[in-house]
Amino acid sequence: MNRKQSIRLSVLTGALALALPLMASAQIKVGITVASTGPAASLGIPERNTVSLLPTEIGGQKVEYIVLDDGTDTTAAVRNMRKLITDDKVDVIVGTSVSPGSLAMVDVAGETQTPMISVAANARIVEPVEGPREWVFKTPQNDLLMADALADAMVKHGIKTLGFIGYNDAYGEGWLNVMTAAAEAKGIKVTAVERYARTDTSVTGQALKLVAAKPDGILVAGSGTPVALPQSELKNRGYKGIMYQTHGAANADVLRVCGKDCNDMYLPAGPLLVADQLPDDNPVKKTALDYKEKYEAKYGPDTINTFGGHMWDAGLLIQAAVPGALATGAKPGTPEFRKALRDALEQVKDLPVSQGVFSMSPTDHAGFDKRARVMVKVVDGKWVYQPDL
Amino acid sequence: MDSTIVLILLQDGVMNGAIYALLGLALVLVFVVTRVIFIPQGEFVAFGALTLAFMVDGRSPGTVPMLLILGCLVFLVELFSAWRSRQWAGMGRTAAWTLGLPGILYLLAPYVVSKETSLWVSVLFSMALVVPMGPMLYRLVYQPVAEASVLVLLIISVALHFAMTGLALAFFGAEGWRTPPFVEGQVDMGPVTWSAQTFFVLGTCAALIIALWLFFGKTLYGRALRATAVNRRGARLVGISTNMSGSLTFTLAAAIGALSGMLIAPVTTIYYDTGFLIGLKGFVAAIFGGLISYPIAATGAMGVGVLESFSSFWASAYKEVIVFTLIIPVVLWRSFGSKHIDDEE
Repeated sequence: MNRKQSIRLSVLTGALALALPLMASAQIKVGITVASTGPAASLGIPERNTVSLLPTEIGGQKVEYIVLDDGTDTTAAVRNMRKLITDDKVDVIVGTSVSPGSLAMVDVAGETQTPMISVAANARIVEPVEGPREWVFKTPQNDLLMADALADAMVKHGIKTLGFIGYNDAYGEGWLNVMTAAAEAKGIKVTAVERYARTDTSVTGQALKLVAAKPDGILVAGSGTPVALPQSELKNRGYKGIMYQTHGAANADVLRVCGKDCNDMYLPAGPLLVADQLPDDNPVKKTALDYKEKYEAKYGPDTINTFGGHMWDAGLLIQAAVPGALATGAKPGTPEFRKALRDALEQVKDLPVSQGVFSMSPTDHAGFDKRARVMVKVVDGKWVYQPDL
Repeated sequence: MDSTIVLILLQDGVMNGAIYALLGLALVLVFVVTRVIFIPQGEFVAFGALTLAFMVDGRSPGTVPMLLILGCLVFLVELFSAWRSRQWAGMGRTAAWTLGLPGILYLLAPYVVSKETSLWVSVLFSMALVVPMGPMLYRLVYQPVAEASVLVLLIISVALHFAMTGLALAFFGAEGWRTPPFVEGQVDMGPVTWSAQTFFVLGTCAALIIALWLFFGKTLYGRALRATAVNRRGARLVGISTNMSGSLTFTLAAAIGALSGMLIAPVTTIYYDTGFLIGLKGFVAAIFGGLISYPIAATGAMGVGVLESFSSFWASAYKEVIVFTLIIPVVLWRSFGSKHIDDEE
């Protein structure tokens, strides 16, 4: 190909690329920002992977997904959201992976009147439902729901005193607050509190102090593989009590890194983690297995984790709400459609998803009940469902 | 707090301190020879440890194709400069280490990478993969601007750091990895049990420091590096190539980084971005020595390690605050106490 031809070709491609978005403007657009790089990449990568499994057609309308990476940066998340809304004219925003970014995006959702579905856990993203939060929904379980499950299990284990080691950031702080409240309501005292950072290479000091305080049980509040470090250090320092983890540890890589040190630890998790062990009458089992099958067919066996499930559930919410919004006669891409979609999301009732059953209401934009959590124990490097806890 | 706890904390602190000392030494070395504040030093820790972890797990690490690509780029750059200067001598050697070595490693990788390969073979293979990246990056990134100001070199270092962190995420994923220990077993010493791995780390660090000391004191290349460090222009006048010095320094820095990573990978979880914080603490140690003194940097590193371990016991929420706040009085004391020498002149 000579130079002239190649220039002509690139001009043609450029023109096509410019024209395509115009041709496609009649379809529903879903804008997604996730943290597929940066400190929360272990959450954002499975979420991004899940997007490619979502349906490209809902209620006879084509759906386009636009995925951006915010690098776990709050400013970038807000910038991505504004770009998606003003440049791409999306009808609904999904994201971001972590709470600080999602909390900052709430105001943009209210200001631009765009429905937003967060895949981060903090309850303050949707509570209380007023002002800009009327536009915001979220799919992960509230930390409080998980902390309650932990407190119930601790009562059954006869725990009276609890030690705590958590991230030195908003995640650890949030968990310390909800866990202290949940534990004290059940008569359990939190006696020792230690902190560590995600990239720490040693937690010996913290482990020694926790062991010296002799609590009946210890909760590790972290997410992804960093939870393995305090877990194995406490075992090595001779801690004999019961170890608990949060649902942040519900990740196959944790078991790989932690090995036998993680055996016999308890954690609350979304039912997706043990979907194949659930009883058949559980409403979550079918949809959770469906997601697991699709994800693992594409990304390989045992690659599934619960973070991707939150994105899948956001997709299911949109699928449930779009027909209702279309029925109002509003056209995608208009403010009326966004309003109709918000109203329809609020009407979703008894929708089984991979992590529980959604029942949204004007006062509850998280919509999960106790069916959204199970207690799991690690036995011989496998997750085992604990129906009695 | 009883004596047992003090001993355990000391043990933990000394072990981390030894790693910081190695990185601090590498940072001082790179700075005095090339005036580069080598922020990506920590990335070599992560690359070394994660390459080994992937090999042990039976997966082919992303560093294999990366080395091949880097090698080709370096070869092209060298070819271009040879063509411009019409000096083709030395191209054979260049081709050997930029094309030959990465090519051989690339071809060997499918045979070497398996769960059955002995740990030591994996270690050697990982070193062979990661260490040549040091001089290659120097050739590509720093050598063209070797005479630029310290600030420009620092900015380039920051850019390289971000690029390497991004590559590490792409190669190794966001989750952490561990490797099996080099030596198993426990040693009882009084009330405290020391793991054999701790002694292995301390022994390796000591051996490395002695080896570096011998290298700088007794060998021709070591003396050449020292001469460059003392006076760059003077060294050039007596025929020491600054490019050779830079390349050699970066080889050493990459080797030290990769080895440090492999040493700590069995005792802690390594993530794609772990290196930065470890490197930063090595940097604090290097600042203790004013970026010029090896013994003070090594002592400072031990101090940082022990301080870190004790502060994680007393006030775990403020551990990093305590370690990094320490740098302020040290820098103040150094800037008031020492005569300022500007080697830019």
